[in-house]
Amino acid sequence: MWQFFHKLGSPKWFYDIASRLMPWLLWSGVALFMAGVIWGLAFAPPDYLQGNSYRIIFIHVPSAFLAQSVYIMMAVAATVTLVWRMKLADVFVKSAAPVGAVLTFLALFTGAVWGKPTWGTWWIWDARLTSMLILLFLYFGAIALGSAISDEKSSARAVAVLVLVGVVNIPIIKYSVEWWNTLHQPATFKLTEKPSMPADMWVPLLLAVLGLYLLFGWLACLRMQTEILVREGRTRWVRELVKPGGNP
Amino acid sequence: MSSDESGVKAILHAPESSAGVLAAMKAVMLRDLKSSFRQPQDLLNPLLFFVLVIMLFPLGVSPEVAFLQKAGGGILWVAALLSVLLSLDHLFRHDFDDGTLEQMVLQPQPLFLLVLAKSMAHWVLTGLPLVLLTPLLAVMVHLEGNSIGVLCLTLLIGTPVLSLIGAIGAALTLGLRSAGVLLSLMIIPLYIPVLIFGTGTVMAAAEGAPVTGQLALMGAFLVLAMTLAPFASAAALRISLSNG
Repeated sequence: MWQFFHKLGSPKWFYDIASRLMPWLLWSGVALFMAGVIWGLAFAPPDYLQGNSYRIIFIHVPSAFLAQSVYIMMAVAATVTLVWRMKLADVFVKSAAPVGAVLTFLALFTGAVWGKPTWGTWWIWDARLTSMLILLFLYFGAIALGSAISDEKSSARAVAVLVLVGVVNIPIIKYSVEWWNTLHQPATFKLTEKPSMPADMWVPLLLAVLGLYLLFGWLACLRMQTEILVREGRTRWVRELVKPGGNP
Repeated sequence: MSSDESGVKAILHAPESSAGVLAAMKAVMLRDLKSSFRQPQDLLNPLLFFVLVIMLFPLGVSPEVAFLQKAGGGILWVAALLSVLLSLDHLFRHDFDDGTLEQMVLQPQPLFLLVLAKSMAHWVLTGLPLVLLTPLLAVMVHLEGNSIGVLCLTLLIGTPVLSLIGAIGAALTLGLRSAGVLLSLMIIPLYIPVLIFGTGTVMAAAEGAPVTGQLALMGAFLVLAMTLAPFASAAALRISLSNG
């Protein structure tokens, strides 16, 4: 266990492991995600109230799931950055933040598209929508701070502090937004009460969520590899790797 | 004053180390207050900005009494939030430029307590004047007596939270070129809970509902911010200083 942890400090070791892991992540992710989405879009029964429009759930829920857990993963990596000063943890934070932002945007966008036929409006200032919007800005803040500081070490630790402050605030924001919503929001719009889902609906949904997790793992590995190559450009193993005649 | 000074001396020479910490905090705070009072324009600018932003709402949205009465609490809170945000850049900037901050990091006293002292000084210089100015502006947006009292109370509890959280952002963006916009981008999401509870309390008061619960929650925010935010700010300061 600890040996594994120490090895994580070596970018080269991670680069090799990631190369071996990535095909597995990619193909299992694609298989699960496609299975879930195709099952969900084509074969799952339509909802008794919303008809076919509910099918966007098979994109919406996985991306919303990921959007939140990517921030948590970033917070764990930020702790590792601050405590053990591990370079790879920062590589992960920097690589994952834009992906998390895109997923949050995707969740908001699909939510808006879903809201139009269901609630009759693209956007309402509902608690969950608003807290996702705030999450999007937390991602933007972390990305902006990271790119504003040129020194690699300072940038890593500054972003780590910001991400940790954000993660402490997320429950407070979520709670207060819910409180605010219940105070001001008139009960005109209500999330349609979902029937307890039949297995034909939640199994494909679960597959899609798992598939997207695996795909995120693949994308994170890919982005981290790129980042490692950029940062370690002066070391010998990278030079040999990118040499025209070297190993691909 | 002389009794005060002897008190400080007594604290300085006390055997316990914690007393020395208090003296250092006091010294940092007094120094910040003194140096700011010698640059009165810096003190005045956030206040002028506060008034100007509030003036924009009747001009830009509606001067009707009914609208202003309903939105007044929120307008004042947003304006106060923005002026605190604008003034944050000064919090560490001067000390960073002339090297005082590095000396402060080298002090034997824990840095987070000195940061706490600086944040409190920042509140005395920006948050407190805003609270004092609020009754006047609240009358101008036609708030009623009870609401004005509650609004001042929420600002009194809420603005220190804004200063404390803002100090984290100010410390993180020290020495960066485009600090202003970046600071807003990072800090505004963290300000949202305070804003929600501040305006929510005023609205509840306007409807005649009891507000002690909300005020207690805002007090909890303040305690949380006072205990946690200085640690983050101190860590951020060390990072920014090692960078420069």
